[in-house]
Amino acid sequence: MQTIHDTIIIDGQEIPFTKGQTIMDAALAARVYIPHLCHYPGLTPSGNCRLCTVDIGSKSVAACITPAAAGQEISNNTSALNDARKSITQMLFVEGDHICPSCEKTGNCKLQAMGYYLGMLDEHFPQFYQHREVDASHARILLDRGRCILCDLCVRASREVDKKNVFAIAGRGTEAHLIVNSSTGKLADSNIEPGDLAANICPVGAILIKEQGYQVPIGQRIYDQHTIQETGLQENSVKKNDD
Amino acid sequence: MTKPRIKIATTSLAGCFGCHMSFLDMDERLVTLFERVEFNCSPFTDIKQCEPCDIGLIEGGVCNAENVQVLRTFRANCTTLIAVGACAINGGVPAMRNYFDLQDCLREVYLTGTGVTNPQIPNDIELPLLLDKVYPVSGVVPIDYYLPGCPPSADEFLQMLEPLLTGKKPLLQKLHLHYD
Ligand code: SF4
Ligand code: SF4
Repeated sequence: MQTIHDTIIIDGQEIPFTKGQTIMDAALAARVYIPHLCHYPGLTPSGNCRLCTVDIGSKSVAACITPAAAGQEISNNTSALNDARKSITQMLFVEGDHICPSCEKTGNCKLQAMGYYLGMLDEHFPQFYQHREVDASHARILLDRGRCILCDLCVRASREVDKKNVFAIAGRGTEAHLIVNSSTGKLADSNIEPGDLAANICPVGAILIKEQGYQVPIGQRIYDQHTIQETGLQENSVKKNDD
Repeated sequence: MTKPRIKIATTSLAGCFGCHMSFLDMDERLVTLFERVEFNCSPFTDIKQCEPCDIGLIEGGVCNAENVQVLRTFRANCTTLIAVGACAINGGVPAMRNYFDLQDCLREVYLTGTGVTNPQIPNDIELPLLLDKVYPVSGVVPIDYYLPGCPPSADEFLQMLEPLLTGKKPLLQKLHLHYD
């Protein structure tokens, strides 16, 4: 079958897409960066972090779940959108327990890197200071819900790639939290393994592999040397088991 | 005639003095800086009372009644007030107590914790009263600029101060931004 190419326009740049692609898919394929945290190429998009909000005319949409359609004129890298994205990032920070100097993910964390990319100097909103449960039951994997931004990536990775269904998000609004699918609700009693995509995809320090902390010194980590724009454009589609 | 020097005051509230140490990492650059600035109230000078100053640098979050008083005095006296470091900006490591009840923390540390001898919760009247939580400085007074980092490097301090010394607005380069 012949692939039919059509085009959308992002910030004045014409970008081809094929039927079925979202605005995010088309942008990434053309190496145009739209900020995102809960999107990972190859996993079903869930549209929950809203960092990828773009404007089509006067309408704001999430690029990761909006199908590309011929002739769309899209604004992406504008100061108004980046300001809105900064506010979203600040809200993600204050809602969780993000004390970066005490976090093993620091320097490798995408939430932090998004703050750097958007020039976030302070968190602006009042802190929630919620106490969310830590699950240290598993010998090799730590779950600190305090740092979870509910991006749903571990949920999708476990379901779609690992074929295990270890995680789900329960509750709504500020009550929303990550739950573990095991008889005790503890990671130790689930069938997660350190090599699973779900154990490694967390963009923040909520799911960490134990016994490898601080192998790379602070100051020499990913986002000490690269921007999230650079790494976001390099991420390749994950390989699903049934591919 | 030599120009009057810019007056800077600094303080450490609920912090570890790491930001102050990092400031001193300017090393020989301090010599040229001192041609243009002088320190007023600061741990560097041991001057205790803040007089009217051009710039105030606040390290640390707000964990007790004394911190509130010092911070308010700084705000009242400093034309430009800068929150320096992770603790001043979001409470930092001391704010990790915010996820727990204060009484529980005191009980664990002074009464029931491992290795405690002569258990008693300190209550000398000389000790400033603890607040229920450790707050970012912006929760108590308005802040003009933020300098993130744990600590910010000497270069970053200079990047913040240089424009201010000539009356310009500082703009931290994204290249330098880090929260750790
Ligand atoms: S998860 Fe990221 S943003 Fe949160 S404390 Fe850790 S490094 Fe900082
Ligand atoms: S644990 Fe990590 S991957 Fe899972 S939802 Fe929370 S932030 Fe996302």
